[in-house]
Amino acid sequence: MPEQGQDRDFGPSTGGSVVRPYGDTTGDGMVQTSFTLPVPPGPKADGAALQLAQKMGIEPAMVVHSHGIGSGGGAAGDSAAFTFFVVYGSVRHLVDLDAVHVEERPYPLLSPGEVNAAVKTRLRRSLVVLGACIGTDAHTVGIDAILNLKGFAGEKGLEYYRELQVANLGAQVSVPELVHAARARKADAVLVSQVVTQRDAHLRNTRELAGAFREAMGESRPLLVVGGPRFDPAMAADLGVDKVFGRGTTPGEVASYLVHALVPEEASA
Amino acid sequence: MSRLQLDQALVARARELAARAAAPVVDLAATYTTVSVERATLRLAGLTGTDPVDGDGEVPWVNRVVDAVRDQVGLEHGVALPAWHALGSGGTLQDLAEQVGAGTARFTVPEGAAADRAREASRAAVGAGIARIDANRARREELVATHGDPPRRPWIYLIVATGDIYEDIPQAQAAARAGADVIAVIRSTGQSLLDYVPEGATRTGYAGTYATQENFRLMRAALDDVSAELGRYVRLTNYASGLCMPEIAVLAGLERLDMMLNDAMYGILFRDINPHRTFVDQRFSRMVHARAGIIINTGEDNYLTTADAVDEAHTVTVSQLLNERLAHEAGLEDWQLGLGHAFEIDPAVPESFRLELAHALLARGLFPDAPLKWMPPTKHMTGDVFRGYLLDGFFNLAGALTGQGILLVGMMTEAVVTPWLSDRDLALRNVRYVLEAAGNLHEDFAPQPGGFIDRRAHTVLTEAVELLERIAAHPQGLIQAIADGTFGITKRSPDGGKGLDGVVRKAPDHHDPATELLTREVSRA
Repeated sequence: MPEQGQDRDFGPSTGGSVVRPYGDTTGDGMVQTSFTLPVPPGPKADGAALQLAQKMGIEPAMVVHSHGIGSGGGAAGDSAAFTFFVVYGSVRHLVDLDAVHVEERPYPLLSPGEVNAAVKTRLRRSLVVLGACIGTDAHTVGIDAILNLKGFAGEKGLEYYRELQVANLGAQVSVPELVHAARARKADAVLVSQVVTQRDAHLRNTRELAGAFREAMGESRPLLVVGGPRFDPAMAADLGVDKVFGRGTTPGEVASYLVHALVPEEASA
Repeated sequence: MSRLQLDQALVARARELAARAAAPVVDLAATYTTVSVERATLRLAGLTGTDPVDGDGEVPWVNRVVDAVRDQVGLEHGVALPAWHALGSGGTLQDLAEQVGAGTARFTVPEGAAADRAREASRAAVGAGIARIDANRARREELVATHGDPPRRPWIYLIVATGDIYEDIPQAQAAARAGADVIAVIRSTGQSLLDYVPEGATRTGYAGTYATQENFRLMRAALDDVSAELGRYVRLTNYASGLCMPEIAVLAGLERLDMMLNDAMYGILFRDINPHRTFVDQRFSRMVHARAGIIINTGEDNYLTTADAVDEAHTVTVSQLLNERLAHEAGLEDWQLGLGHAFEIDPAVPESFRLELAHALLARGLFPDAPLKWMPPTKHMTGDVFRGYLLDGFFNLAGALTGQGILLVGMMTEAVVTPWLSDRDLALRNVRYVLEAAGNLHEDFAPQPGGFIDRRAHTVLTEAVELLERIAAHPQGLIQAIADGTFGITKRSPDGGKGLDGVVRKAPDHHDPATELLTREVSRA
């Protein structure tokens, strides 16, 4: 494959701050990709795939395979409206490792097994988690996704964690009720989800929640965690809670945060 | 067909214990009714639509009427007696609903001759709905006779889930043309916890499409078109689970759906729905499915997504036996039992494929006449799509080799994205290759008596019998066992969970024309 002269400088011998994909030779830049275009199979489709590959920076590109989709895959293949391609080729792009910055979560993401082990060995009792939807919000879909065994996005909910003692109070729980329940059950953490955002109801409700816990329990209040699709995770301090989770949060992230916030680093003596 | 030599005494013992464990559950349905059962009765009698005023026009009339009856006279007599008494000699259910909306409906519980008249009128109205379900069953049989069944087993089952019924339709038709025999439309996240059934054609589901009567009708009509085009009857599946299980079952019967997800314990364990609510709702929904000629699919695969597929294999067998018992009791026949199980053993476990074959053959041997539902790997799909494609190939091979009835097509992009067009196409190519290359391999494949597979199947069956012994030993059978956390996953108390406030103890004069009409048929069968 023809190489431009300057590319030869980017092998490991240069110290490796700039790299290219590796097929079978250093610096060959080889990648493999697959995609579908909404065109019937044929020479024109393959040409279209090559054009896309070139625009993606793959040059030269090879369409190593293509087939029609949507016609049953049999003799009527030419009636298909879509074509699937597998493309191999060399990308022009370079990766500058010095320019790679990784945003790291301030706490590690733990598996359910690791969460259970951390709670068991370092807290030495189960962690009590209370969940609810507050105010008039009847949409329990968020708190259910985090707490229910069924879970969300392929992850099991917190009920699945042996060392977490989870109670889901459901929808339309009043703040005083929630404070009462948290006290009665000695909750370590209270999780609240809010979907309805009319006239910023989610923000008002959250401030009310934080205020009520502060007033009733002061420093000994449980960890307060809120979540919902319209929350900005940077707002925790402003709202008076410990943590805000936004759209797409999975149970594993919440469990990992609970361990980070509530379980001592070292086993207590 | 490959068969294991199962210990028949042990098999008989397992069934006897399952019957004993399930008996208290059967009694529950005779003792209680639920708001959803009562609403289902009104749906059978033809009440549709929503109150245009209440709750942004989302609240169905069936909810409004049942709630009004409950407020005024309680639900312990059932909705039928007060509703048809209020109708008197004239008017329709729709008129009555509008009176409820206007706040002018007055309900009383009739006695004597008035009660007889109300009972008779309600039987006639509900009977019309059941007649429509019967007509749909006959129509299905006719269409199957015309177009034909899939040419081989297992039937290929594919999921569609865009959230928009008008996007689902072309995708479902494309999937059928590409070889799918069964189309399942996954429901929107959270629908199972709604205590009403949404209405009309919907375009805004999240990670799935709402189950509504109109969506059912639209999709069935689209699949009828494609069935005629392909010369093969393409079946439609949805989900009779969650708080509206009985109503969804009725809608499925009214709109000629062909299969429904319907598990005995799934809602309790995984959705924290009250056990009494679930068991009462479930019995009604299963009676309707039995009548409609619908094949149910049970949810045992779910256990293996939370528990270890080797250590907890016997819980799948136990659940299958309980589901079988509760299905037979509600009038379902063996050919209607799509008992679930799944290919979820960690591929890193030595001999994992032989263990999978053992478990699958055990299910095949225990339920020889049931169209078992074989579910693909999800737990050990890591995002490495190449490894996932291989794993799905082995899953397909296990399905062919062990005579599974319904094969849910595995996607290599499981846990990555909702399937793309190309993912479905590649997945169907995988299935086609395996079935064409090895679909008849079961003719040559017989596990050696006393060999690894045979011994493993026997171990799982023995463990299942031991667990059933423990469940049956509880005074309240299955109900108490669930409260004690016997299934290892979670504890669910009989007076906890969602939907408990919709459970009502029946009064001696409780009248439920639907159950009455359906039971008459069951006992005749």
